[in-house]
Amino acid sequence: MPPRPCALCAKAKAMIKRPKTGQQICKDCFFYVFETEVHNTITEAKLFKPGDRVAIGASGGKDSTVLAYVMKALNERYNYGLNLFLLSIDEGITGYRDDSLETVKRNQQQYSMPLKILSYEELYGWTMDRIVSQVGRKNNCTFCGVFRRQALDRGAAMLSVDHIVTGHNADDIAETVLMNIMRGDIARLGRCTAICTQGEDTIRRSKPFKYAYEKEIVMYAYFKKLDYFSTECIYSPDAYRGHARVFLKDLEAVRPSAIIDIIHSGEAFEIKEEIKATQKVQQTCTRCGYMSSNALCKACTLLEGLERGMANAGITDRGTKQLRMQDAAGEASPTPDNLRTIPFFELKPTSTTMICLEPTP
Amino acid sequence: MESTISIKVEFSGGLELLFDNKRSHELALPAVVPLNNDTKKDVVVAEGQGKPADVAYLIAYLRDHLLQERAELFEEGGTVRPGILVLVNDTDWELEGEGEYALRDGDEIVFISTLHGG
Ligand SMILES: [Zn+2]
Ligand SMILES: [Zn+2]
Repeated sequence: MPPRPCALCAKAKAMIKRPKTGQQICKDCFFYVFETEVHNTITEAKLFKPGDRVAIGASGGKDSTVLAYVMKALNERYNYGLNLFLLSIDEGITGYRDDSLETVKRNQQQYSMPLKILSYEELYGWTMDRIVSQVGRKNNCTFCGVFRRQALDRGAAMLSVDHIVTGHNADDIAETVLMNIMRGDIARLGRCTAICTQGEDTIRRSKPFKYAYEKEIVMYAYFKKLDYFSTECIYSPDAYRGHARVFLKDLEAVRPSAIIDIIHSGEAFEIKEEIKATQKVQQTCTRCGYMSSNALCKACTLLEGLERGMANAGITDRGTKQLRMQDAAGEASPTPDNLRTIPFFELKPTSTTMICLEPTP
Repeated sequence: MESTISIKVEFSGGLELLFDNKRSHELALPAVVPLNNDTKKDVVVAEGQGKPADVAYLIAYLRDHLLQERAELFEEGGTVRPGILVLVNDTDWELEGEGEYALRDGDEIVFISTLHGG
């Protein structure tokens, strides 16, 4: 096949076929359109304002590595005026997170950004290795997910940032839409496509790669020779997500626009008022001060289960009730008072009062 | 025409784990291969029954001779599993005819998994 010229500059040889448009473009034009689309996503959603302190949730994987690189480039090119930080969570998984954190430490040098690493060990007193040795490999992802979410917020508070950006890409979001549909989780469906979310008192989180295809992120990393880490978590049996992912890739192979189409479907689901009303009101955890829909937040409940050797008590509502009934009957020991708890969470007031705009479908 | 061609194959994005954790491989492939991509070493290609070795043949060859475990994570239905990117001399294989690209001596083929961690 004779080399085809780039559809944009008509000079250089086309080297990538864009999944979104089918356009065949050269390396330099690809860099330019990829970065410009992320810039447009950021400006259209008004994600930042000058002077914002922004933490990039960095795992050492492809998405967050490319995100850090692109955020730095755009911040310089368009004078966003942002102070950028790298924030990594160390779950304490030997042979996985320790290796990927080495990548993040190299990124810190390569991108000259300050790096904060917060570990589960430091925050909760438990590494994932130790949690898995107690709970086995069935519910471990529940612990990890709940603990990671809170750890990111707390790490961000330590850096006193206004905003966390994560590397979630279009494929990830489409996958989550599919999973929420398959689980019938209507309340989450609309929320999961929001480019920016903010809880009652948590730090804003957004996804500048919301419309970036995974293929393009990987090609970008490859062409730029970015240094990233790619091994599956050794404890990740999230089989459900795995199936959703394979299904999505199969759809994409037939019709590449499937990914954006699914995101648009998710956005089009509007939550009716009566459904919203049944969602619990947010309050703060009485034990650790983190936002919660119950008196005790999920992380505190899970941690208490671990500490009392009833790890699975925190997983289900029924298990938690049993725990409380034992307390009431004075059966269980030790009492919660002597247990390891999470340090109290106080969010320093920031100057930010801007309201985060969500895209209109 | 030479009876074999040498090519370089590279795996990344976590795919290397299926290939003995080795990223880079040098291979010698027969220049002419059976139409059905049979990769057995002693296979005889009858006159008019062959084709130049192409990427589809390479994928079958890698599956049959280099893959250490879990073939379904690499190959599916005669091509790579969805979510694996292929580059032919640094160009997206979708621009080069995908499996039908006829390999040339010295070509470099890269396989990257997009399925591993963010
Ligand atoms: Zn061009
Ligand atoms: Zn709590």
